[in-house]
Amino acid sequence: MKIAVCIKQVPEGDARLVIDADGISIADADLATEINESDQYALESGLRLAESQGGEVVVVCLGPDRAEEAIRRALAMGAGRAIHLNDPAFQGGDAAATARALAAAIERENVDLVLTGLQSDDAGWAQTGPILAARLGWPSATLIMEIEPEGDTIKVKRELEAGWFQWVRLPLPALLTIQSGISTVRYATLKGIMGAKKKEIAKVTPADIGLAPDEVGGAGRKTRTTRLYVPEKTTGAEIIEGDTATAVATLVEKLQKEAKVL
Amino acid sequence: MAFKGVDYLDLDSELTSEERMTRDTVRRFVDEQVMEIIEEAYLEGRFPVELIPGLGELGVLGANLPEEYGCAGMNNVAYGLIMQELERGDSGLRSFVSVQGALVMYPIFTFGSEEQKRRWLPAMASGEAIGCFGLTEADFGSNPGGMATRAERDGDGWVLNGSKMWITNGSMAHVAVVWAQTPDGIRGFLVERGTDGFDTVEMHGKHSLRASDTSELVFNDVRLPGDAILPGSDGLKSPLMCLTQARYGIAWGAVGSAMACYEEALRYTTERVQFDRPIAGFQLMQQKLVEILDRVTLGQLLAYRVGRLKDAGKLKHTHVSLAKRHNVMMAREVASTARWALGANGIHSEYQVMRHMCNLETVFTYEGTHDIHTLIIGNDITGLNAFT
Ligand SMILES: Cc1cc2nc3c(=O)[nH]c(=O)nc-3n(C[C@H](O)[C@H](O)[C@H](O)COP(=O)(O)OP(=O)(O)OC[C@H]3O[C@@H](n4cnc5c(N)ncnc54)[C@H](O)[C@@H]3O)c2cc1C
Repeated sequence: MKIAVCIKQVPEGDARLVIDADGISIADADLATEINESDQYALESGLRLAESQGGEVVVVCLGPDRAEEAIRRALAMGAGRAIHLNDPAFQGGDAAATARALAAAIERENVDLVLTGLQSDDAGWAQTGPILAARLGWPSATLIMEIEPEGDTIKVKRELEAGWFQWVRLPLPALLTIQSGISTVRYATLKGIMGAKKKEIAKVTPADIGLAPDEVGGAGRKTRTTRLYVPEKTTGAEIIEGDTATAVATLVEKLQKEAKVL
Repeated sequence: MAFKGVDYLDLDSELTSEERMTRDTVRRFVDEQVMEIIEEAYLEGRFPVELIPGLGELGVLGANLPEEYGCAGMNNVAYGLIMQELERGDSGLRSFVSVQGALVMYPIFTFGSEEQKRRWLPAMASGEAIGCFGLTEADFGSNPGGMATRAERDGDGWVLNGSKMWITNGSMAHVAVVWAQTPDGIRGFLVERGTDGFDTVEMHGKHSLRASDTSELVFNDVRLPGDAILPGSDGLKSPLMCLTQARYGIAWGAVGSAMACYEEALRYTTERVQFDRPIAGFQLMQQKLVEILDRVTLGQLLAYRVGRLKDAGKLKHTHVSLAKRHNVMMAREVASTARWALGANGIHSEYQVMRHMCNLETVFTYEGTHDIHTLIIGNDITGLNAFT
């Protein structure tokens, strides 16, 4: 089974974020980064499938030069090789532009399964995976908790709301977006880290995958970010005292008369 | 809570991505596997043996030895970072790994026969076999050259008599590297557990390095085959070469302890409120925190520099003495200041500072006491020997 795992390099969970001068992006010089959390679980799932079914894991990552560190980590954990979509034209894309580029790279690879994280911890659209599946013309399932290959199909467990789960069967090739926390992500062992130095990272430009520069990145966006900001502090919080019955009555009155939301 | 490390001068940007990855993978291991159990193990006075398979799998045992013997073949800066991260967990944990790698695997690799290397190194890299290093005796600590343990020729083999004190990993080791007087000077021997006449006794009552096995090794007419000797060992300089390896790791390890203390002191003092404000807001407290950060940062630079020298093949044992001496004293003072900053909580096992503070008393003493390193460097710069 040949599996492509898409990974994104994102700011570390507790990094101190500074909004860039453009007002719509995060300043990324000196930013501590990591592999997006749910992508780590996607990678772990891919490695486990390749181990149990035989096969290969190819890591696919769109990002600038610094994303190579995330790629090396994935290779150190056990992925066989990597494709790095690294070109200024790829930068600044939204989920649609990124998925278009990833699809063009993955189409050339003849894979059976694509795994992505559920969503990125920075932008958080949760769209890249599903749009990528649409671009490839493959079935997809989101919020995956468990994967069971069955011949040329795959059975997966999805997480629904309120503690409900659902089992779905998909024909291969297919795409799955993986939920965080479904397994224990392995350590990159020291031998793995040393071995990763010798693994191939193919650097890919839009031309290499048959795309024009204006189909990807900022030029290929379907959405536009107009403002990025830290939640503003507002005043006017009020604590309503008294027993439950009177407090509720006061609250309803305030919502009607003062806030005018009821 | 995940450990973030301390990096005031962006030393990270001097590291290669392999070095950073190595540091991060060991840091995560310590966060996930060590921090939960270490205080209890320390209080119980036991080495957490349950960590050994994980350490082996990760590849930290003998990490700077070559791949052909089952090791990771890391460079010395990466190796140093491993020691730093392990000692951020506990000095006892780092001691276990130092002894295994620098004091047992290194002499087998450097002085051993091909057969000894094949037999022991892969098993020790995976953690299936544990080793210890017996140099110190009750009456010979800083002056190991005077040791009383003797090996006499006996046909093709040897007969070993004597005892060793303060031996880390002694009671759990499958094999001991034992240094003994012979008719041709001090030589190293591999003594396996279970050999007739060889006993180990765990030492109790330590106030320091409690999460570590410290034992006495006793040899009563122990008959050893001819191939028990490390063929390349030759005089006191052989064990001293091992110590240089281990001391190099300690110079990094001490930084790890100090980083743990800094992080804890910073977090505690910014959260703890007295006189209606966080105690970190008082000048006296800021001075403590800044003093600690300043000292930790200098220690990091020193460790990093000796690491790069070692990788370039330019490291002298006197450089290692300087780094061990400085960084352990640094960590010792940092731990004590951090403990001060935590008030009553600083003496409690819910916090780490006092464990580090107590551990560092051992680190200050073993692998050449602080004073002995002073004399080594003093001798180097003046040409005058002040040992005797
Ligand atoms: C927990 C622990 C684990 C250890 N693990 C090992 C191990 O695995 N293997 C091993 O072989 N050893 C081990 N050691 C032993 C350690 O290396 C010795 O304790 C150390 O070398 C010091 O020897 P000593 O304790 O006999 O002190 P001494 O040599 O008696 O020194 C006592 C004091 O005198 C000072 N002093 C000594 N000589 C001079 C001098 N010439 N001038 C000025 N001051 C001097 C010393 O600095 C020290 O302050 C361990 C020790 C401890 C505490």
